[in-house]
Amino acid sequence: MELFQVFIELAQSTVRVSTPLILAALAGLFTERAGVFDIGLEGKMLGAAFAAGAVAYITQSVMMGLLAAILISVLLSLVHGYASITQRGNQIVSGVAINFVVAGATVILGQAWFKQGGRTPALSADGRFGTIKLPFADSLRDVPILGQVYSDLLSGHSPLTYLAFLMVPASWWILYRTRFGLRLRAVGENPGAVDTAGISVIWLRYRAVICCGILCGVAGAYLSLAANAGFTKGMTAGKGYIALAALIFAKWRPKNILFACLLFGFLDAFAIRYQGYAFPLIGKVPVQLMQALPYILTVILLAGFIGKAIPPKAGGVPYVKER
Amino acid sequence: MSVPYAKLPAWAEYGLIPLVNLVVAFLISGLVVLIVGESPLEAAYHMINGAFGRGEYIGFTLYYTTTFIFTGLSVAVAFHCGLFNIGTEGQAYIGGIGVALACLAFDRTLPWYLVFPIAIVGASFFGALWALIPGWLQAKRGSHIVITTIMFNFIAASLMNYLLNKVFKPLGSMSLETRTFDAGGQLPKLDWLMSIFGLSVGSAPFNISFLLALLVSFGVWVLIWRTKLGYEMRTMGHSPAAARYAGIKEAKIIIITMMLSGALAGMMALNPIMGEQFRMQLDFVQGAGFVGIAVALMGRSHPAGIIPAALLFGMLYQGGAEISFEMPSISRDMIVIIQGLVILFAGALEHMFRPAITRIVLGLSPKTSDVAATKGA
Repeated sequence: MELFQVFIELAQSTVRVSTPLILAALAGLFTERAGVFDIGLEGKMLGAAFAAGAVAYITQSVMMGLLAAILISVLLSLVHGYASITQRGNQIVSGVAINFVVAGATVILGQAWFKQGGRTPALSADGRFGTIKLPFADSLRDVPILGQVYSDLLSGHSPLTYLAFLMVPASWWILYRTRFGLRLRAVGENPGAVDTAGISVIWLRYRAVICCGILCGVAGAYLSLAANAGFTKGMTAGKGYIALAALIFAKWRPKNILFACLLFGFLDAFAIRYQGYAFPLIGKVPVQLMQALPYILTVILLAGFIGKAIPPKAGGVPYVKER
Repeated sequence: MSVPYAKLPAWAEYGLIPLVNLVVAFLISGLVVLIVGESPLEAAYHMINGAFGRGEYIGFTLYYTTTFIFTGLSVAVAFHCGLFNIGTEGQAYIGGIGVALACLAFDRTLPWYLVFPIAIVGASFFGALWALIPGWLQAKRGSHIVITTIMFNFIAASLMNYLLNKVFKPLGSMSLETRTFDAGGQLPKLDWLMSIFGLSVGSAPFNISFLLALLVSFGVWVLIWRTKLGYEMRTMGHSPAAARYAGIKEAKIIIITMMLSGALAGMMALNPIMGEQFRMQLDFVQGAGFVGIAVALMGRSHPAGIIPAALLFGMLYQGGAEISFEMPSISRDMIVIIQGLVILFAGALEHMFRPAITRIVLGLSPKTSDVAATKGA
């Protein structure tokens, strides 16, 4: 039974760690499926986390914080969109630039406004997302196994976590079952054909980039309003890149994204829990290896040793209507 | 992608456009300073004074410049072949292993001028090795170099953390670093060079690897513009299809280019490890690899542009430290913003001001404007 308890706890922290990854990877899914590569997920998340922490503290309202996060993230997305869609600049360069500007600006502005070394003041309960207790969570806990799964694993997460998991089928539905999604995917594969059909490639790509901004905003808000009580300097700590890795690992498909993020989240949760723990047969696994594993797995996948990850055909290529 | 704009005279192409991009980046940074509630002019004064006000400051500025020349060249060499090497950061970090091994092995037996060449070879070897895998994956398996090099940066960080913890750290020491090198592992400062200009280097770690950086810059120029390999690299960068048609071995060129880029990145490690700290510390690269991206974009991937661009960022780093000392509300993170803005305007938005500049410049000389008009620019 103790083993089961450990399993529940690990699963619980896996869900917590995976939430921002799922949101950010889905964000990347929208732009990359439309042919705009985005390595600025990290920066957008960080900017959103800062905006959420700052505004939620000032207004004492968690919804204002969430809105501010989405707003900032969408604005940053539009900068990326302007550079890579309108100006036809290099999409990678633009993403790198956004990551740097945000990394610096959040610290400078945070220090100037709150004078706490780049963090925002700790939020009270009103300023953060609480947890949602699913109905009957307490009374069902005593039911063996299923009861615990229900009340400790499924219940008791922040609303944003439920939103993130709901966004997976929702994204699938948008991308595969709506006209907008069909066109969005088409514009990432063959923008010329979409243009010939009389649909604006530019406007479609901008909408995709805005979708990315919204989801990244929620991911950032999760970090500072749900997982923590406020913003801390550099709090994304590479999560945007892990999400990018998960997106590729998932071969740009919504369902796979869920599993890739849960896998990477699990590795993270496992590494934190079993730091310095000696396993039977294997002995101590260096924590650094666990940290590097998501990246190593992604490289192996990219190398084509576990199936082949084929990116959208028009990804990274600016669309030129005519010469 | 062909450039749908009229051709500009060289002074505008390589001077005016980068300058305009830079000015815009600085104006926006100035705006951030204003938002923070400080005076941008005062900040600019502290920056320039902090970077050039005294011999010692200049020494620090040139110390940073050295680092950025290496990383800038690393990114630039890959650019020429159409490859975006974001992994310079990780390659420089791994390059440190070569420097550390050379110093730890020979610092007590050999003089610095013998250890230095060994360290150069070691740094380039390990840097090239770390770039070889993404290069090979791109060439042979078609894995996107940008993604693999990002992943390799993180893997490098974990690997170095492990190595410093388990291999390099002396017994009983708490901090994650190697032991301090003896005289053989310490590069001499360039105080004689400074004293020619009547300046004193003071405590600045301005060392002989600066001269190596200049030498390597020249080497890169020769390589790219005066050798067959460089020609093949540039052809690949311009048009992979043309390169294939001309019988250039694509995979070979990609792998060689990435290894050269990695070797240049690795050499960066000489400066902080042998020139300043005399030991290898955790995270000694400190983002210099990413600065290299800005430097290469700013310097238009040409050594003659990279050296001044590296100097600019050296000034920002040293001057930025001085600003944060004088104006506590502006920490060194300000440099990161400026760096990001330079990458944005000199890189991603490089064409934003081009139509306007083209109109103005070509408007000045009526003959060329006719050509532009017929081209429909």
